[in-house]
Amino acid sequence: MNTIALRISDFLKQYPPFNMLQQDQLLAISGAVEVIYVEPENFVFKTTEPVKSVFYVVREGAIGLYREDTQNLVDECDEGDIFGLRALIRQGNYKLTAKALEESIVYSISSDLLEEYITSNMEANMFLMKSFASNTSFRQDDTWQNPISATFISDFNDAESITYSKNPITCHSNTPIQEAAQTMTTNRVGSIIITDNQKPIGIITDKDLRVKIATGNIRIEAPVTEIMSTPVITYPETISVAEAQIAMLEHKITHLCITKDGTPNSALTGILSEHDILVIRENNASILVKEIKRCQSSVELQQIRMRSEALLKRYLEQDLPINHISKIISAINDNITKQVISLALKDMPTKPPVDFAWMSMGSQGRHEQLLLTDQDNFLVFEDVEDANYETTQHYFLEFAKKITEGLNTVGFEYCPANMMGSNPKWCLSLSEWRSQFKRWITHPDQDHLMLCTIFFDFAFVYGDKSLADKLSENIFDAIDSHDIFLNYLGLNALNNPPPLSFFRNFLVESSGEHKDQFDIKARAMMPLVDAARLLILSKHIASINNTTTRYQKLMDLEPQNKDIYEACLLSYEDLLHFRTKQGLKHSDSGRFIDLQQLSKADRLELKSSFKAIKSVQELIQTRYKLSQLM
Amino acid sequence: MGWFKKHSYPPFWNEYLSSFDNHSHQDLHDFRFVVFDTETTGLNPKSDRILSIGTVAIMNENIIVSDQLEVYLKQDTFNADTVKIHGLLKTGKLEKVSEETAIMEFLKHIKNAVLVAHHAAFDIAMVNACLKRLGLPNLKNKVVDTGFLYRNTLNSSNPNLHFSLDDLSKQFNIPQHDRHTASGDAYITAILFLKLIALLKQKKVKLKLDDLILPKKRIGLL
Repeated sequence: MNTIALRISDFLKQYPPFNMLQQDQLLAISGAVEVIYVEPENFVFKTTEPVKSVFYVVREGAIGLYREDTQNLVDECDEGDIFGLRALIRQGNYKLTAKALEESIVYSISSDLLEEYITSNMEANMFLMKSFASNTSFRQDDTWQNPISATFISDFNDAESITYSKNPITCHSNTPIQEAAQTMTTNRVGSIIITDNQKPIGIITDKDLRVKIATGNIRIEAPVTEIMSTPVITYPETISVAEAQIAMLEHKITHLCITKDGTPNSALTGILSEHDILVIRENNASILVKEIKRCQSSVELQQIRMRSEALLKRYLEQDLPINHISKIISAINDNITKQVISLALKDMPTKPPVDFAWMSMGSQGRHEQLLLTDQDNFLVFEDVEDANYETTQHYFLEFAKKITEGLNTVGFEYCPANMMGSNPKWCLSLSEWRSQFKRWITHPDQDHLMLCTIFFDFAFVYGDKSLADKLSENIFDAIDSHDIFLNYLGLNALNNPPPLSFFRNFLVESSGEHKDQFDIKARAMMPLVDAARLLILSKHIASINNTTTRYQKLMDLEPQNKDIYEACLLSYEDLLHFRTKQGLKHSDSGRFIDLQQLSKADRLELKSSFKAIKSVQELIQTRYKLSQLM
Repeated sequence: MGWFKKHSYPPFWNEYLSSFDNHSHQDLHDFRFVVFDTETTGLNPKSDRILSIGTVAIMNENIIVSDQLEVYLKQDTFNADTVKIHGLLKTGKLEKVSEETAIMEFLKHIKNAVLVAHHAAFDIAMVNACLKRLGLPNLKNKVVDTGFLYRNTLNSSNPNLHFSLDDLSKQFNIPQHDRHTASGDAYITAILFLKLIALLKQKKVKLKLDDLILPKKRIGLL
């Protein structure tokens, strides 16, 4: 018995990744902990010291990590935070100094235990990978190769559990083959299970009938046992898509029997075919999209939008990657918008006088809109003779009005700032838009910069795509001739309110409706969105609007900053996931978070995503020499 | 101690003695400290008995959680009054060993370590009383008393100043988990010990073991 170890495990189990371990694993780790007391200003380790084969967890107090000289604080760890891990994997000498900022008690845990229990646990390993990614302290050290990463790459789409046929067609072992074939035909199924006392003992598929009967090898009067494949492969009802696929590949079969306890000795409850998996692969989302195209009114579309919300909930419950979820939901939203537009078009008395393009912008433009938010959109139409301008614009304003009405019915509420194609300011010809964008770029005052951050994340939705392309080209031409613009945009990107105070506390709203709540959008997500936009615009890439895809691209383009961008990408996904869950829970936009209701683990996870913000902002500050402008 | 006498002791005692054979260090880092606490039926070393012993070792100023001992003793002596303090019943569910086995395990565990306890004199006296019942001499280990260390940090030599573990853990911000279990108290004492060492180091850079040791004459006095 080791009461002390028990107490240590009580502490550790509150924090990731320890909360992902089995109890006995956690106890084994806790029993091998060494407890260190560090006085303020004293060191746990110093740069250039050889790396000890341990990593650390802060039990009490706070440890600061400093680069080289103790002047440059790069990270602060408090209760439950882990440090000294990367050094452990990289080996050699410490690249940072760990110094107590206050009186601290630190647990030191041997690296052997890390390998034995933590990196072998997929969830725990994943957490560590993320914290590596968000701990950018070693970003200059690109010689560091991550040996653990390979183990956690897996296809999460497959984690979704399966819907399978719950009424399998069965027959007895003395049933003649002909009768079984008739049963299959009547029930229009490709397989039949031979059961004995409800337990599956064999299976006949279409292929058996083709290979063994149609060839004349066996008579149709023979009992099914003559041609059945036996024994059958059985799985429990909880089987996942991935497991099912692996099982089919492994056994070279196309059908799996689902039984009560997953063994052949319990009652058959269902049958899962290769075809079922194909249907799942195709995804319910694609069915929704098909239905959208058949909808003839905004009210019908509203129903679909609500169903897509249910889909979103299910995906989140199944913990599918947020990037994947947001792509699906955005595709649905895009299709709904398209259908609203084509319905509006039918409703217009005449055809459009010239080509046009409908653009969505903001979060919808970035394909990051998971929850219902306000609509932000604009319309661009082809240049016309001056004499016709007014009537043309009038036509498109009428048209846009119908579209925004339709979207409002579906559930995308009117933009309170009236940033919609139905506003004469945002329903313009290509030339007008060009000069407008150019004006924003050449006169980057506060208002114009704000407009840039909204409008420059546009995505083409409907109409003539070449108009959208021309707009993008125009933006880059204007930026090229006024490259100081990017510095202003950079400055703007740093202007978001910070998430944490100097003392590592969350900064909450000090007044107003959301007093004492944390604004996850303004303080955590927008800084990452703004940084991605700035950096990708500086690379002349117009086709990518999505924030995570932007960071992905940046990782390719700047391998030297891969760590930072990867951290941003993961952080952004986490934040989006977090916000969406919050929004679904409280039926709101998820933007304002009541910190009291968060678990310590949630708060830690949020905090760890803030590290990425800090590092990408530092990068921007250096790159655009913003300290001189500020 | 004569050659002849040494051989009349059981092997576990001789093994314990042999662990003291070579020691000439003075640097604190070279020592293994074993922080320990006993839960007892009462405060009289002669008539009361040890119910449990909890220890944890310190090396290099790190608490080594794996280097610990936690034993519960079968005792015939029982005092209902102290049950409410330590919660140890005469026939509890915990696995209990005989006093002899407990002492054997304890000696095997501590070896020549420097023993650390809060108000060490009492715990040492309790262990020595056990040893006497087994026909063995007193403990040979050097002893550090955290109560005495604290008095040193106050620059006070007044032996009547008395600080309970509760007082000090409050003063030093040590969370009181498992207070009044032997292991829990040993752990609290271990943290207290590390904090006191840090304080004493501020006063004297080259802190030596002799600066910590309880003066011989105070051992056994209550």
